Amino acid sequence: MTILVIAEHDNASLKPETAKVINAASQIGGDIHLLVAGSDCAAVAEEAKTLSGVAKVLLADNAVYSAHLAQNLSKLVVEVAGDYSHILAPASSQGKDLLPRVAALLDVAQLSDVVEVVDADTFVRPVYAGNAMATVQSLDDKKVMTVRPSAFDAAGNDGAAELVAVGSVHEASTEFVSQALTESERPELGSAGVIISGGRGMGSGENFELLEALADKMGAAVGASRAAVDAGFVPNDLQVGQTGKIVAPELYIAVGISGAIQHLAGMKDSKVIVAINKDPDAPIFQVADYGLTADLFEAVPALTKLI
Amino acid sequence: MKVLVPVKRVVDANVKVRVKSDQSDVETANLKMALNPFCEIAVEEAVRLKEAGIATEVVVVTVGNKSAQEQLRTSMALGADRGIQVETDAALEPLSIAKLLKAVQDKEQAGLIILGKQSIDGDNNQTGQMLAALMDAPQATFASEVKVEGDKLTVTREVDGGLQTLSMPLPAVVTADLRLNEPRYAKLPDIMKAKRKPLDVLTVEELGVTLKSHQKVLKVTPPAAREAGVMLDSVEALVEKLKNEAKVI
Ligand SMILES: Cc1cc2nc3c(=O)[nH]c(=O)nc-3n(C[C@H](O)[C@H](O)[C@H](O)COP(=O)(O)OP(=O)(O)OC[C@H]3O[C@@H](n4cnc5c(N)ncnc54)[C@H](O)[C@@H]3O)c2cc1C
Repeated sequence: MTILVIAEHDNASLKPETAKVINAASQIGGDIHLLVAGSDCAAVAEEAKTLSGVAKVLLADNAVYSAHLAQNLSKLVVEVAGDYSHILAPASSQGKDLLPRVAALLDVAQLSDVVEVVDADTFVRPVYAGNAMATVQSLDDKKVMTVRPSAFDAAGNDGAAELVAVGSVHEASTEFVSQALTESERPELGSAGVIISGGRGMGSGENFELLEALADKMGAAVGASRAAVDAGFVPNDLQVGQTGKIVAPELYIAVGISGAIQHLAGMKDSKVIVAINKDPDAPIFQVADYGLTADLFEAVPALTKLI
Repeated sequence: MKVLVPVKRVVDANVKVRVKSDQSDVETANLKMALNPFCEIAVEEAVRLKEAGIATEVVVVTVGNKSAQEQLRTSMALGADRGIQVETDAALEPLSIAKLLKAVQDKEQAGLIILGKQSIDGDNNQTGQMLAALMDAPQATFASEVKVEGDKLTVTREVDGGLQTLSMPLPAVVTADLRLNEPRYAKLPDIMKAKRKPLDVLTVEELGVTLKSHQKVLKVTPPAAREAGVMLDSVEALVEKLKNEAKVI
């Protein structure tokens, strides 16, 4: 049994999600190979070689893969899919874009957002915004799945994998036009130990500075509810929830967020949850370890001062 | 250009589902059902393309039993021109749905297919990508902006780091994210008009698709419950708890 993991990277460095998927793969058991597909991404492959548990790094380095488009990347993955028993990728926007396409080309099912490995055929995944957990047995001989990174610890860094070049050139009719990535000095939502999220109660984008001041003092990431993103207070990539990022930090502080099921779906596995809301009946208090009924415009600056 | 919009009937987004006591599934009997929110956004986008003179016809298609006709009517009240129900009682996996949709697309030859990025019951986020694979067509998932110029499609996508813009030739498959648009409310005359729009029923056999199960759901259980927390009366008390009890700061 050999498992193929698709590495997530930006052609310069490996994303932290990959090490978590490697850990999930180790729990399945068997050898692990890691596919690094991209353009001018040899540095990524070097980094990938050190991941504990990886026996082989497969490098497909070609300009056609620079934007990681599902249209041709899926063909590359199918080309190298050979005898692998499992094909895994993080449940990131890239993994979710790519793996269903791979599965359909292989005529097998895809499992989304795996949070637990029961055995080599059986996995647990959330459904209905995490209000139920389904234990699913795959009947396919090749199991294709996205793994929820927040559900697994990262694999270590003491590996020394062998590097091999693979794959032919598959062209795509899709063209990359541009991207606008949010630049931030703060940690990424996916890897932050502390996250401070604001909701509609923040009232405006400027008011998010209150949360940023606290975040900077705590070395935290800033997140948001859908309502805050929809209102244009903050960019889309800060959204936490069923259809945004799924996070599980040590500490999650929800400020001016009511606690709709779709928001809870993205953060209720956090270790410690704090909620600050002026409405004592807000549903967010039902999942909070520590609740504070208060006006956020007083509580947040006070908290920033005390911490 | 014809636009095909696959849609799904799901438990309403505001309903919190419960797991059945025999752990076979979630209890869906007597729950309020609705058009999946992402599908609603997909329908709205297609209708706007028609209103802009870009699309000539908007066809909605669903795979499900007779009750799913209700969601086809809802979609037609929003402005879709006609509906297709692919009749089945089985709860099908995304790959099977994608194969049926491919068969419908082979008949309809739409220039653009827009679907929701995920349905809020299975949370799979797969059908659009699988359909694109079966059609060997380009895909643009998680769309927050769609522009059609001639036979070129330009889509802005919500990705983990921010936004990405891709362009591709038609036919193509787009999956709708939340911020693509805000769907309209259907007005009463539109709801009445929708009842008279054409709705065809097709069977799986007619579409010539053989379906197979790739997975077995062994059990469905409630998520781990969180222990009840405490309400505090001051910021000082909160900081004290975080430091000394939770030890997270
Ligand atoms: C298909 C679908 C997918 C969705 N996906 C997501 C998702 O991924 N993530 C997500 O977050 N949502 C998602 N939603 C939306 C979700 O249902 C809620 O609408 C949203 O989470 C509400 O955001 P909110 O809590 O910020 O706003 P509200 O519900 O309006 O809550 C604002 C809160 O702020 C409090 N408040 C106001 N002023 C103050 C003050 N001065 N001090 C303290 N508290 C104050 C209020 O008491 C209130 O509780 C989705 C919805 C659907 C239908």
